[in-house]
Amino acid sequence: MNVELLVSHYNYWIVIFLMMVGFYILISRGNLIKKIVGLNVFQTSVFMLYITLGKISGGTPPILTEGEAVYSNPLPHVLILTAIVVGIATTSVGLALAIRIKEAYGTVEEDEINRIEAGIEAGG
Amino acid sequence: MLLTLLAATGLGLLRIRNLFAVVMLAGVYSLLSAGLFTVMDAVDVAFTEAAVGAGISTVLFLGAMALCGHHESRPGHTPLLPLFVVCLTGIALVYGTMDMPPFGGADNPVHHHVADHYIEESYHEIGIPNVVTSVLASYRGYDTMGETTVVFAAAVGVMILLIGARTRRERPGGEGGDG
Repeated sequence: MNVELLVSHYNYWIVIFLMMVGFYILISRGNLIKKIVGLNVFQTSVFMLYITLGKISGGTPPILTEGEAVYSNPLPHVLILTAIVVGIATTSVGLALAIRIKEAYGTVEEDEINRIEAGIEAGG
Repeated sequence: MLLTLLAATGLGLLRIRNLFAVVMLAGVYSLLSAGLFTVMDAVDVAFTEAAVGAGISTVLFLGAMALCGHHESRPGHTPLLPLFVVCLTGIALVYGTMDMPPFGGADNPVHHHVADHYIEESYHEIGIPNVVTSVLASYRGYDTMGETTVVFAAAVGVMILLIGARTRRERPGGEGGDG
């Protein structure tokens, strides 16, 4: 493993690490709100991947100025602007669902919900 | 360095079981990533992330937490299978990055498909110096309209879910006894 590869791919690897942290929270934690936090972490790591791809070393933000300049790629930025807004939409619907589940079952823990469901099936 | 801080925050999110602390850490995480976006020249994205990620979503999480309680119980099953799945996916993804171009190179393929056209021509065609704005509002205007539709649908969905909850609470016995 040489140093050059480490420096040039450090961003990608941290992004993957964060993505996996989000994924792990999502699949291993029982609390629904914690799951949504994990989903958010996952989303933000994908945003970081895209912004990383758009960066040019020594570039400036893509706002046109007088004279010559190197601009970073504006297209990933546009995509991610859209994605952030869609992300907050999914988060809010997810939280509203969690609140409804709390109303119906009295808990947002997956295990307890499963237990209540099993009890209903056995008793009904 | 920001990335390392972000990784540390992510680990904190994983370990802490008090949801209030988790939500606050998620806000910190958002703010750090906004800083990262600024460093990587994505000022518009950083602005949106700071407003939406660190602001609105923290408020939403706090509101949901107030209704759902703020302590997470200990997970009942062993985390070995999820850990295995996550490690496997992570290794596959890292293997995938071996073919990726180095970070920040101006010759990377992303920068030479249509991006050049937008940077060179958008000022003559649209007249806005900020390329991100002109692409978002003009070249990809339909996409942005679709995005607002998504937000509208989400708002309607949240309202239906929450108003349904309230009317059922006001009429006790209307629901919940169907088991």
